[in-house]
Amino acid sequence: MAKTLKIHSIETFGVHDGPGIRLVIFAQGCPFRCLYCHNPDTQDLETEQTKTKTIAEILDLLEREKPYFGKNCTQGGLTISGGEPTLQAKVLTSLFKKAKERGFHTCLDSCGAIVSKAVEELYRFTDLLLLDVKHIDADWHRKLVGQSNAKVLENAKIREKSGREMHLRYVLVPGWTDQEKHLIAWAKYFSHFKTVSKVEILPYHELGKHKYKELGREYYLADTKAPSKEEIAKAKNIFTEYLGNKVVVN
Amino acid sequence: MAKNFKGGVWQKQINTRDFILQNMTPYEGDASFLLGPTENTKKLWEKASKLLSEETANGGILDIDTETISTITSHKPGYLDKDLEKIVGYQTDQPLKRAIKPFGGIRVVEAAAEENGYKVSKKVVEIFDEYRKSHNDGVFDAYTKEMRLLRSTGILTGLPDNYARGRIIGDYRRVALYGIDRLIEAKKADKEALVGVMTDELIRLREEVSEQIKALKAMKIMAKTYAYDISKPAESAQEAIQWTWFGFLAALKEQDGAAMSLGNVSSFFDIYIERDLLEGRITEQEAQELVDHFIIQCRLIRHLRMDVYNQLFAGDPTWTTECLGGFFSNGQHKITKTSFRFLQSLYNLGPAPEPNLTVLWSEKLPEGWKKSCAQVSIDTSSIQYENDDLMREKGQCDDYCIACCVSMMETGKEMQFFGARCNLAKAMLMAINEGRDEISGELVVPGIEPLPAGPIKYEEFKKRFKKTVSYLAKAYVNTMNVIHYMHDKYYYEKAQLALMDTHCHRNMAFGVAGLSVVADSISAIKFAKVTSVRDKDGLATNYKVEGEYPMFGNDDDRVDEMAVDLVKRFNEELAKNHIYRDATATLSVLTITSNVVYGKKTGATPDGRKAGEPFAPGANPMHGRDHSGAIASLNSVAKIDYADARDGISNTFSIVPKALGSERKQQISNLVGMLDGYFNKEAHHLNVNVLNRETLEDAMEHPEKYPQLTIRVSGYAVNFIKLTRALQEEVIARTFHKTM
Repeated sequence: MAKTLKIHSIETFGVHDGPGIRLVIFAQGCPFRCLYCHNPDTQDLETEQTKTKTIAEILDLLEREKPYFGKNCTQGGLTISGGEPTLQAKVLTSLFKKAKERGFHTCLDSCGAIVSKAVEELYRFTDLLLLDVKHIDADWHRKLVGQSNAKVLENAKIREKSGREMHLRYVLVPGWTDQEKHLIAWAKYFSHFKTVSKVEILPYHELGKHKYKELGREYYLADTKAPSKEEIAKAKNIFTEYLGNKVVVN
Repeated sequence: MAKNFKGGVWQKQINTRDFILQNMTPYEGDASFLLGPTENTKKLWEKASKLLSEETANGGILDIDTETISTITSHKPGYLDKDLEKIVGYQTDQPLKRAIKPFGGIRVVEAAAEENGYKVSKKVVEIFDEYRKSHNDGVFDAYTKEMRLLRSTGILTGLPDNYARGRIIGDYRRVALYGIDRLIEAKKADKEALVGVMTDELIRLREEVSEQIKALKAMKIMAKTYAYDISKPAESAQEAIQWTWFGFLAALKEQDGAAMSLGNVSSFFDIYIERDLLEGRITEQEAQELVDHFIIQCRLIRHLRMDVYNQLFAGDPTWTTECLGGFFSNGQHKITKTSFRFLQSLYNLGPAPEPNLTVLWSEKLPEGWKKSCAQVSIDTSSIQYENDDLMREKGQCDDYCIACCVSMMETGKEMQFFGARCNLAKAMLMAINEGRDEISGELVVPGIEPLPAGPIKYEEFKKRFKKTVSYLAKAYVNTMNVIHYMHDKYYYEKAQLALMDTHCHRNMAFGVAGLSVVADSISAIKFAKVTSVRDKDGLATNYKVEGEYPMFGNDDDRVDEMAVDLVKRFNEELAKNHIYRDATATLSVLTITSNVVYGKKTGATPDGRKAGEPFAPGANPMHGRDHSGAIASLNSVAKIDYADARDGISNTFSIVPKALGSERKQQISNLVGMLDGYFNKEAHHLNVNVLNRETLEDAMEHPEKYPQLTIRVSGYAVNFIKLTRALQEEVIARTFHKTM
């Protein structure tokens, strides 16, 4: 069984991907090619920059960070983000299993691109799933990331069925993901999900732009601007109508 | 008549701690009871602000009294506004007018005056030229050639050989609790007991106690000019604060020490405030007003400094350090409503560097307090944190204060001989350059053999470095012995020591600068291939580094242990030597703002740092080399053992608000979590800045928009716009923790 994780980088003071202070490991590789991806250097699984960390090494990092997670690890923990971590579901499952044995809270930040037994098994050891549902319309989803949203929605259902906690994330990109009817459809779709405890609207930003230049790649959203306050408020209102006060803008 | 306080040991002996322990009212709640400034306070602060901007507009100094040698009783009373001020007393007859204190050295005073367009009166110069020797004269009479060399090469910098050493903290609360008469009585009794074989030490101490008694008498006279009789104990909150201020003011008039801390007064004040509130003599509004007015006084303390001094310790700091919080050893925390009121002053008056508010942190402190502190940090970047659990344990006491930035002193019982710092990076370069200074080529450390040709071999380097450190530590102690012998002799702190126990414990506080540069350099030598590039005189002027090596600040034990070991070794070397007055050698990893000047005077280093580039401040990792996020960086610094650096380990942490969390509540709880975690790792100190880089950049261009922008640098706070441009750039270049 694989014992090493292919990673892009590590953030020891992660505060945006799950509750409290978290050790966030950005896994390398992603099946999606989101036009706005702000970490395009994480997309390919094998690159010159790809590093590896063993499960033991990650557990050691967690132990070093333990005092920051609050009494009995109640405030923070481990988050695996990416890239798309479920590409490495098997090794993550062993990691999460061991982390949980030691009392750490586990969180998985996923775009839901992969439906498999391995991913479902990983979910079992995931205390909190952060699921990015990038668009509710299959065609728009395909335009935006290169694949339809069928698998993403299926993963949402699988998690819902398991009865375990999930946050949904939605990147608000003007001209791409802010169409009123789709926002309504998105919010309606999830309004009956019982496991969803939080819905985060993430306003698009241009901070990833420069990385495309460095990678020698074209940036398709070159003309897209970050959403205005009004645009954000509008999206939030629509979401809140169906999802209530779970909706936050981050 | 006010109700009596609960009795105890404090009635039989001078023991402020016992009084506080018996009488304080711990507060478990949150900040919701706090009130804004009164109209009086607003008016008073407006007047003070006006004066402060005049001072800035005037090039940093409002006025100097060049005629009067400052003593406890030298100046007529001064007021900002006699009708508004609840707490009175300035160092001279006008707020912000600076006094001259030539006992440290007349030349320094003359130069400082001249740099500002003033001239010290002929009479004063004549006194010190003809009749009265100064501390500075004494030191240079006794300095050896070797000591002068250490000083001129800049391996030892900032030594208090021509200015007052400071760092001593009187227990100013004693004035309020006991009144001067009782304190004089106690000192007289002490003196009576100082008999026996008349050794140098006994004679000296007898003379010192006599001086202390004179100082106490002078305090009464000074207070009288403000129409207060402080011979008896304070009876009310206003009196308790006023009496305490008079004690501190006496010290400030007599000395211009580099750092003159206030101590640990808030919860002491609270006892009087609580009683007055309970008995209906004051309201919450008035209680806050007293605190705010006291804080205004602390913000208007001024000393006359030379430009070179200001370059080293930028921003005209006074280090009026006040500790808030912590625990008694019986498990009772020391948070009172007045601890909150002190923090509130940062809102009522706006942020400011002084007093240097220092929170003694423990995970077990009440949540309401912890959250309030974090909130104040996020809003003002004006407070620093130090590990109460660690200090209480290692210092074996629970009533202590912080001298300057990070140095723990048991209140009224412990003092230190301040010793600036040794440039560790320069020491390392001497080991590489056969004991020669890497810039001048002058031989400083004898007996260091040349390194073999080719890439620097770790073992060979280590041998030479060890020898260099051992030599320098010995020379450093010797130099300090001379300085403090003379300071005691010619510029004795009689006012402060009058408010301490006669038999106090003495530390000699040494320091190192450039720790992370040296750790990274040694790591490069060990794990990568480092070849020196030498000039025609054989001096290494640059280094070629091939391959990768672990860098301090990433929680990587391979290099972090090198930093830990450096501190341990240096501390051990110091303790091997004879120390003046049997003081205990202590060590700090603290640079204040001198990391920039130290860097300027230091050649290129094997870690790739170019000649002249600043060091990181204190124990901080070098800028931009901590690439695993904030916690990894904190964890590296936390490894340095406080037992090896009992004078303190300073770490300055800057973060953009967003990187603490998306919304305010989350930012507060994450900062609390971070502090809990860091101190749980037995780390010692943390400055917290929560700021956007853009704000600082804008303040550089438009200082007039940010008169009160305060930031924390290495153990104290400064007004950002008062920093030199080089320092402002250095602050901005430093690691700002961000996450995307």
